[in-house]
Amino acid sequence: MTMTNSIRHHLNDALLMGYAAGHLSEAFGLVVATHVSLCDECRARLESFEALGGAVIEAEDEAAVSLDALARMMARLDVPVVSAPAQVRRKTSLPSPVAAYVGGDLEAVKWRSIGMGVRQAILPTGPQASARLLHIPAGQAVPDHGHSGTELTLVLRGAFSDATDRFGPGDVEIAGEDLAHQPVAEAGEPCICLAATDAPLRFTGLMPRILQPLFRI
Amino acid sequence: MTSSSVVFADGRAWVRPYGAVMPAFERTQGPKGVALTETDWSAVMLAVRDRRDRTAFASLFTHFAPRLKSYLMKSGASAPKAEDCVQDVMATVWHKAAQFDPERAAVSTWVYTIARNRMIDILRRERRPDPEAMPWDQEAEPDQADVYAAAEDSRLLSAALADLPEKQRSLIQRAFYGDLSHSEIALETGLPLGTIKSRIRLALDRLRAKLTES
Repeated sequence: MTMTNSIRHHLNDALLMGYAAGHLSEAFGLVVATHVSLCDECRARLESFEALGGAVIEAEDEAAVSLDALARMMARLDVPVVSAPAQVRRKTSLPSPVAAYVGGDLEAVKWRSIGMGVRQAILPTGPQASARLLHIPAGQAVPDHGHSGTELTLVLRGAFSDATDRFGPGDVEIAGEDLAHQPVAEAGEPCICLAATDAPLRFTGLMPRILQPLFRI
Repeated sequence: MTSSSVVFADGRAWVRPYGAVMPAFERTQGPKGVALTETDWSAVMLAVRDRRDRTAFASLFTHFAPRLKSYLMKSGASAPKAEDCVQDVMATVWHKAAQFDPERAAVSTWVYTIARNRMIDILRRERRPDPEAMPWDQEAEPDQADVYAAAEDSRLLSAALADLPEKQRSLIQRAFYGDLSHSEIALETGLPLGTIKSRIRLALDRLRAKLTES
């Protein structure tokens, strides 16, 4: 699954570097892994940061390892390993990192309505940040909201626009605290997004604010 | 620790004074005519991958284990945990050697990603979302020019990292140890990462073209 050539909004260096270093929250890591699955440009950038990790290892101090470390290692080589069955590559309607969290295709997503026709599915990730899929009907707006932290929104299907630009399949919007935006799904087909936030959203309307704790958004 | 040794089942003993390299894999070419002796780790890793060469593996272990242990401890692992983790990482290097592709990455990069993944698994105990695997074509004989380019890129990157002012180099290292917050990660370093990115991007384009043909 790749959308390489039509993508206009990419990950930034800090996110790619954070992923390469292994220090992103699980939810942000999911957005990065998904975008990289769709975008060869960012895959190449990520691998160049991983090469930097290799250079850091090469330049690393040499910590004393225990005297029998090599002998233990060599003795272990013949111990058979139980490896997970090889992943079967097949055509899916979701990029494989997301499919792994959903437990299947788009059809397997357990949507819950959050009002105004918008549906979401929370994905189970670690507590530092949260991830969810959003299903926005064509032409529909997501409630106006601001952010306390960073929100990443990756388009999987369809497209949305807000005050900043238009975001199509594979595009990722990186919204900081300064951006209060109202994304509107493009006419034609529903927009399906993967979104991750490292802090709860701040809705500007009263009703969404009351509903927010209930829907964990 | 000043040396490491191991006796193989066939009676051969492997004793390696610290800092020595395996003569078979040495190459003596340096930049700008500087004579230097450095080990061609890709060649060592290919001996492990293609011939299951235990002596070559022992030399990889001796080179990487102390560095990995240091990296893991700076990333927050205790000494015993780091040591166990190093054993797991190097066991993966042995068992998954078939996945090493010298056209794509230097050995240090490949080993680093295995160590990083293991670190996330044992220290954070979270799921670790991986990008969709690319169906890298490993059956064909690797193109020697590509293998050389990958190794050379990695060597230049190491040299550039070594040349950075201490303060900048330390910032990069701390980013890898997880000591920097998201917003502190600044990468205006002048490191030749663009060259590496371009090479990988070209390889991906070629691969995509091949996949479309077939």
